[in-house]
Amino acid sequence: MSNITVGISDWKICGTEDTLVTYALGSCIGTCIYDKDAGIAGMSHIMLPDSKSMRDGNVNRMKFADTALPDMVKEMVKRGASMQRLTAKIAGGAVMFPTQNQSFNIGGNNIQAVKKALAALKIPIVADDTGLNFGRTVYFNGSDGRMIVRSTVKGIVTF
Amino acid sequence: MGIAKYEDLTPMQMDVLQEVGNIGSGNAAAALSNLISKNVEIEMAKVEIVGFQDAIDQAGGAERVVAGVLSRMVGNIEGMILLLIDRNFINSVISSFSSKPVNNLLELQEAEISALSEVGNIMGGAYVSAIGTLTGIEAALEAPILQVDMVGALMSLPVVEFGEVDDKILYIDKHLHIDGEAMNANLLMIPAIGSLEKIMVKLGLDK
Repeated sequence: MSNITVGISDWKICGTEDTLVTYALGSCIGTCIYDKDAGIAGMSHIMLPDSKSMRDGNVNRMKFADTALPDMVKEMVKRGASMQRLTAKIAGGAVMFPTQNQSFNIGGNNIQAVKKALAALKIPIVADDTGLNFGRTVYFNGSDGRMIVRSTVKGIVTF
Repeated sequence: MGIAKYEDLTPMQMDVLQEVGNIGSGNAAAALSNLISKNVEIEMAKVEIVGFQDAIDQAGGAERVVAGVLSRMVGNIEGMILLLIDRNFINSVISSFSSKPVNNLLELQEAEISALSEVGNIMGGAYVSAIGTLTGIEAALEAPILQVDMVGALMSLPVVEFGEVDDKILYIDKHLHIDGEAMNANLLMIPAIGSLEKIMVKLGLDK
């Protein structure tokens, strides 16, 4: 049983023996996707909603909701997960500085983009700890699909 | 042509930013000393271009809980300045007007938030005025916002908004001595790429 760190603009997949963790999400979003029967878990950490907004075509696909999630799910299926069984838990997307410019609510845009990407993949969201104004560290247990969110505001909450 | 990302900066252009750091640190020490009526010395600031993850590591790690004071630069230079300060630094500032030290950063009182926001404002302002001194380009800071949370979460806003394509930011590492006691403050300056270019053009250093 070990912790596998998912970095910024990154995604990782593990089996039942490991736990995925990503630290201190602010406006970024951690998406935890699980196939309970196959015992396959994936976690992505995206920074931005849409890869198509970038001028430069040569983008890091793991950074954006619209590219990271389909890529990760594809890899999960390749490793034996079934599209029909996948469920998602999401956390993050905070507005870290409460009175910041509302026209640039990157946290909110990220939440929408992740929900859109999951809807396109037909993956139901079974737990949602997004928004508000605090940072979150997210653990995702490969053994049982629990998402554990730690924050300065709410302490430890299990989803 | 031009500066498309921070890594395009030439050594000579980096020297200009280092000079902004030097002048800014001098300004910041004087202004802070004035505000809290203590002796403040700031060692030579080191200005670097670093990635998001490296900046987080240098500021003590993603989950370290600190106070972040965020100020938006407006006017002829656009961008953000984020000052990250820990309990040590906060108590040194607060002891200048209160006898009660802060134990839990999550329980800051109104008067403390207001004082620390002002610290962020004058320290950020010190660097903005350094840009003005060097280039004649004037900019201003909007009223700062203070938030206590994990380093990684606090940094995400400026990096996402201004880090551009490569998630790189300008990192100014400061070692301060307040009345002889060493402490750290991490200052991130994240000018929009277009504003950096404006500075270099003004100095005749554009390519």
